[in-house]
Amino acid sequence: MEPLVRHEGKTAFLDKVNVDTDQIIPKQFLKRIERSGFGQFLFYDWRYLDDGSPNPEFALNHPDYAGASILVARDNFGCGSSREHAAWALADYGIRVILAPSFADIFYNNCFKNGLLPVVLASETIQHLFTVGAGHPYSLTVDLEKQRVELPDGNSYPFDIDPQRKHKLLNGLDDVGLTLQHEAAIADYEQRRSKAAVG
Amino acid sequence: MSTARPKTLFDKIWEQHVVVEEGSQSLIYIDLHLVHEVTSPQAFEALRLAGRKVRRPDLTFATMDHNVPTDNPFDVRDPIAAKQIQTLADNCRQFGIPLADLNSRDQGIVHVIGPELGLTQPGKTIVCGDSHTSTHGAFGALAFGIGTSEVEHVLATQCLWQVRPKTLNVRLNGQLPAGVTAKDVILAVIGRYGVDFGTGYVIEFSGEAVRSLSMEGRMTMCNMAIEAGARAGLVAPDEKTFAYLQGRPYAPQGAEFERAVEAWKQLCTDEGAEFDKVIELDVADLEPQVTWGTNPGMCLGVNDVVPSPDSFASPVARQAAEQALAYMGLTPGTRLTDVSVQHVFIGSCTNARIEDLRLAAAVAKGRRVAPGVRALVVPGSKRVKEQAEAEGLHEVFRAAGFEWREPGCSMCLAMNPDFVPAGERCASTSNRNFEGRQGKGARTHLVSPAMAAAAAIAGHFVDVREFLNGSPSPSAAGSNTGGAGHGAARPA
Repeated sequence: MEPLVRHEGKTAFLDKVNVDTDQIIPKQFLKRIERSGFGQFLFYDWRYLDDGSPNPEFALNHPDYAGASILVARDNFGCGSSREHAAWALADYGIRVILAPSFADIFYNNCFKNGLLPVVLASETIQHLFTVGAGHPYSLTVDLEKQRVELPDGNSYPFDIDPQRKHKLLNGLDDVGLTLQHEAAIADYEQRRSKAAVG
Repeated sequence: MSTARPKTLFDKIWEQHVVVEEGSQSLIYIDLHLVHEVTSPQAFEALRLAGRKVRRPDLTFATMDHNVPTDNPFDVRDPIAAKQIQTLADNCRQFGIPLADLNSRDQGIVHVIGPELGLTQPGKTIVCGDSHTSTHGAFGALAFGIGTSEVEHVLATQCLWQVRPKTLNVRLNGQLPAGVTAKDVILAVIGRYGVDFGTGYVIEFSGEAVRSLSMEGRMTMCNMAIEAGARAGLVAPDEKTFAYLQGRPYAPQGAEFERAVEAWKQLCTDEGAEFDKVIELDVADLEPQVTWGTNPGMCLGVNDVVPSPDSFASPVARQAAEQALAYMGLTPGTRLTDVSVQHVFIGSCTNARIEDLRLAAAVAKGRRVAPGVRALVVPGSKRVKEQAEAEGLHEVFRAAGFEWREPGCSMCLAMNPDFVPAGERCASTSNRNFEGRQGKGARTHLVSPAMAAAAAIAGHFVDVREFLNGSPSPSAAGSNTGGAGHGAARPA
């Protein structure tokens, strides 16, 4: 997994609450058995018209947002289905950081497995980010090490993050290998449990 | 023991499963890992690439449900879907995982077969790469959905890193009125408190109304705990739970079952145990619910009217309502009972168990599906289908003009060939009315199985209690219909 320490990038804005993972990656693309190549299907039903051409009404199709890597979103982003394909699609599209007032639980978790940083900021802060550029993209810096989002005007906003998740993302560590270092504890637990079951 | 701090049901299960603690994260042991074809192929592939094995194939169980066609399950015409189904079979063979495939009598929707096979048991930790894993919480199991990376993690280690969630008690007081079901309760709770009131919490449902629910009803309620954003839903096991499990193929048998029941009886929230949050709701006056928008929280009683965006306090909620109404093709002020449907779907992990089919059949019996309505009944599993056929329910449905299908997820998410065409409207017993969920441009209204059957017969939403009280009269729907009846213009 690609580490994320400090990321500077262009913002894109998605002004909609409760964006569910069915929108982020519709079901017709879940049949693939690969993990890569989902970026082209990101927000498919919103992004493309019936004839396959880009929907000019959809925020991410705005030419100004091309190359954006920081998505600013609203409450409960990523709700619904557990499909990790949503995180794969966002990462493959080029998003590295998502800023929102709240995230759905499973999606939030899935982000960290894919080098994607979801940052929870206060609703007022998110509102400020939406209004400060009057809809135009600007550059932001997200510093995971220092746990803060830095605006071009010099303002910065701190954010909370679980220390273990932070450590893994800073170092690009994958979970399975780390967990297997606890092999003895797992085996011990299994043995205790099987004894308890017999007794 | 006797001086110990009182614990919630969640505390007890959690503490029994902690293997290691590291800062805010706990490594939790997983007792049952359910696997299906859609969210597992990349996890197995990662194991292969790393040269790893499945640690406990004996605690893993797989089936195929999402992609399966429900007219002829063996005729998978979509080559990508066929490959995904075949890939699961290959992976299960390679890694030694038990699989209920399309030939098996045990096949069905993963959250229907877990309980009916007795794999789901009180006190277990259960995960699956599917958000509706919360269903299994109805048995007092801590059950939640995970992503594919975590599927890989559980396959390799039989454990998961978790931050301990907070606890939320939803107390449901009073007795449900006739014709009002668990589906209506959970929709009403989400309608009142919103689609994210459970985020960061495990919900324990308790109270008189929960105790009165059957296991099927409790499963419906816990199934939709995720639609409130909750990590999991829980109901403390009781005599109904034990009676349901007794004799199931994978449940403990004989004396072992008796011993298990004694242990399961400890799985309750102790007197005086504290939750982080408590919500209380009286269900005695609840009406059958119908969703009008594009998330499960956008719901109202069937005798209400489509709301105006202006009735919402915050600008964000107003905008969401406007967008939802535009997508749904609904006009504020329209009575829900004046909204016509072209499709009815009775199925899904929320409402495709035997009790659900009985409730729908009771409404369908001796009646006919309205002209222009296509109505599907998709049993949740092979065993549900077998049981329903033994009771003659399939004949009731067929005589009424419903299609009787083979088990699968079907039109809940339309990954298989069952979908709702753009702009058409469906009364659905599933769990998500998201945009495009049942097909691009499809308009989904979530309801209970009885309400879905009633909508199929009437051709529009109707208060099912009129059917249960005898023959429905067209002018009786709604409390304030005056002389308008159902001749009023219905949005297409």
